[in-house]
Amino acid sequence: MKNRSLVSINDFTKAEQIQILNRAAEFEKNPSQRILQGKVVASLFFEPSTRTRLSFESAVNRLSGRIIGFSDASSSSTSKGESLKDTILTVSNYSDLIVMRHPIEGSARWASEVATVPIINAGDGANQHPTQCLLDMYTIRQTQGSLDNLNIAFVGDLKYGRTVHSLVMALSQFNTTFHLISPSELKLPSSVKMYIKEANLNYYQYLDIAEALPKVDILYMTRIQRERFSDPMEYERVKNSYILNNSMLADSRDNLKILHPLPRVNEINEDVDPNPKAYYFQQALNGVYVRQALIASILGL
Amino acid sequence: MKTEPRKELIVSAIENGTVIDHIPSHSVYQVMKILELDKTENQVLFGTNLESKKYGKKGIIKVQNKFFTDDAINKIALVAPNATLIEIKDYNVIVKKQVTVPDQIEKIARCFNPKCITNIEQVPTRFKVVDKSDLRLLCHYCEKITKKENVRFV
Repeated sequence: MKNRSLVSINDFTKAEQIQILNRAAEFEKNPSQRILQGKVVASLFFEPSTRTRLSFESAVNRLSGRIIGFSDASSSSTSKGESLKDTILTVSNYSDLIVMRHPIEGSARWASEVATVPIINAGDGANQHPTQCLLDMYTIRQTQGSLDNLNIAFVGDLKYGRTVHSLVMALSQFNTTFHLISPSELKLPSSVKMYIKEANLNYYQYLDIAEALPKVDILYMTRIQRERFSDPMEYERVKNSYILNNSMLADSRDNLKILHPLPRVNEINEDVDPNPKAYYFQQALNGVYVRQALIASILGL
Repeated sequence: MKTEPRKELIVSAIENGTVIDHIPSHSVYQVMKILELDKTENQVLFGTNLESKKYGKKGIIKVQNKFFTDDAINKIALVAPNATLIEIKDYNVIVKKQVTVPDQIEKIARCFNPKCITNIEQVPTRFKVVDKSDLRLLCHYCEKITKKENVRFV
């Protein structure tokens, strides 16, 4: 992985993905190590993302590296009309690694072809967000002991949710049974189902959480956004069907864990938070370990 | 034995070079652009809306003293999937073949996704052809699929 960019989860093989997870487990035990001393990581956030940015910056700081960059495009020369290519070429001169979040799809792949240092994609529009995918995999393995042979449910906006797409792609390598719960307007796209089919795995589609809930080990919740619906009446009709509350968990498996890429709005009722099955905040913490592992591996440390 | 008198060719024959036949009439100019015939010094003859037994109407292009690599010629498969390539030497047909859709397409097609970097900055497009018969192009950058009916040309 040394000196390689990570744009899409597929850029790394299954073995490499597992290597990152194993390395992350070491950082979980010992999060503060001085291995990044003398290294400069550029953190270029062309659109704001507090959680992802702070998690990367926390990862670098815990490893004693230095961070340069900006947290929104208005404070960069993009606002003066500079092209992405020029920004990336310039920042390549100032850093050993670039972490980039950008609203344009494909921007991260382009940046990785232009840059003279490796790029980590921290989200390119609705396309890819591979570090979220790795931290989701890490969390699933941490809570279930393994990534193999699990029943995993995805709930909410399966059509536009990029974290869902990458995670389905990645889990198709692990003999997963998929339970896909969404309104019919927001079903998983066929281009993503293709990965499940190619791996000869099964998936089941539902309109209702309750039907799938007793069968699954992981419940991966996502937010349904009003603007995704062509018909606002349809949104009003379905919005409450995809809200999880604590009473719904009565018949769920003991090992069930509830994940969410965050930020949450109202799709998980706050009465779920004290339930030990709620795991979304620990999930966010894992983002730091996984990003430490990724940065260290790419820098060959 | 009676032979049919040979009809006069509307686009005259060439001595040496390449004939690209069975181009849809409306695609002739695109083919010329893809093959950069708008920049060549060679003699180029072309016709559009010619009669064709197979297709009703067709276009044809003849280029004197020029031969194309397979890679170059296969690029036109996007706009002229049924085109025939004929290579001529001393007025005789030396090679006759069909174009085939390539595995990769670079620079000539646009991604349909308005939020793709290739439509926003000056990035040469790159696609993997994921379906050759129905023409589905997977963008190397935004990873979205452009379908045949949405293909536009640079």
